[in-house]
Amino acid sequence: MSGAMKMLFILFTMVFTENYVLVQFLGICPFLGVSQRFDSSIGMSGAVIFVMTLASAATWAIYTYVMVPLGLEYLSTIIFILVIAALVQFVEIVLKRYIKPLYKSLGIYLPLITTNCAVLAVTLLNISESYSFLESCVDGFAAGVGFGLALVLFCGVRKSLERAKPPKCFEGLPITLMAAALTSMTFMGFTGIAEKLFG
Amino acid sequence: MKRKLNILANGIFKENPVLILILGCCSVLAISITVSGALGMGAALTFVLVGANVVISLLRKIIPDKVRIPCYIVVIATFVTIVEMVVEAFLPSLYEALGVFLALIVVNCIVLGRAEMFANKNTVADSFFDGLGMGIGYTVVIVAIAVFRELIGSGTIWGYRIIPEGYQIGIVKQTPGGFFCFGAAMALLVYFMNKKGKKFDPRIGCDGKCGNCGLGCKNQEDNAALLAASDKEAAEV
Repeated sequence: MSGAMKMLFILFTMVFTENYVLVQFLGICPFLGVSQRFDSSIGMSGAVIFVMTLASAATWAIYTYVMVPLGLEYLSTIIFILVIAALVQFVEIVLKRYIKPLYKSLGIYLPLITTNCAVLAVTLLNISESYSFLESCVDGFAAGVGFGLALVLFCGVRKSLERAKPPKCFEGLPITLMAAALTSMTFMGFTGIAEKLFG
Repeated sequence: MKRKLNILANGIFKENPVLILILGCCSVLAISITVSGALGMGAALTFVLVGANVVISLLRKIIPDKVRIPCYIVVIATFVTIVEMVVEAFLPSLYEALGVFLALIVVNCIVLGRAEMFANKNTVADSFFDGLGMGIGYTVVIVAIAVFRELIGSGTIWGYRIIPEGYQIGIVKQTPGGFFCFGAAMALLVYFMNKKGKKFDPRIGCDGKCGNCGLGCKNQEDNAALLAASDKEAAEV
């Protein structure tokens, strides 16, 4: 597979067939928590895409140029979570100082994603898949887009859910989880498409 | 002694981390496919919870309040790394089954939540029992869901065939089945609690303590307040 094709393949699989939220169960807490309102879904998705791409790039560089030469691969979990935490702080400060409008729309979601498990997962999976630098960045970006897609789609589902009247014991979170099951079922339809498309 | 037992029982029943506090649902949904994997995940999480709770409780007077979350994360990540290494060396099949979710215990809301809610203001012994109780509570729920999903989805329990091949409902062990079974388990709990006359309204949230969950979070209110304050500050300048 050529370079550009591989990028497209990663982009397609991460958004549709291997969607982090609806197929791989990563980042369920923010998925269920933030999807109540459309504007908060969009804000959260933007922040996640931004941080995931940056985190993929930063952790790849640190892993390849610092940890591998020093033989510290076994510390990847500790170092990556600290890198992500520091990065989120740094991004927050930079946005606050220089890009005010972006900070206004993403600001309150940034601290919440330090401990979003999807962000740590994408950095760890980049390493275990032994992606190159560019592939890691595309992977992080695509995983974020997949997260955003799931969030925005599910927000629409929840809007209709508000008008439904489920049995008493299903009210609230249980029926939301049932709706998530149906949403994730639609994503099962993508199974096998990537292999057919990209051979 | 009675107090310790109360703390233990609190984690298993009254404040069950999965079904009542609704923390750390990612791994519950993902790992509850096989009973053996679920038990391994439960054991790993219990170890990390107990270890992190004890160490954080020991250090609770030393850790400065402002940087406590990064400090907790370092302590938790250390224990997770220990578990990762032990499981990879001695139980390679379990390591394979848990995949990335073993490393993701670092960002599991339960561990960070208990550090913030309990370990940083209670004695070492109490924190030990709190960690143990929460860990057992998590394990009980994830194993119970796994028994159902493995039986219906694969027709086996702990790898032993119970339902003959060809009579399984495969979707139960796939992603939609995970959401469905978790939702059903929660609805069942609400049904029985309502029947006993107790009010229980499950909603997502980490009590504002862990920064992972989205809305309805005290954390977010704080952040919004901070944001408003800094805006005001900027306007004045």
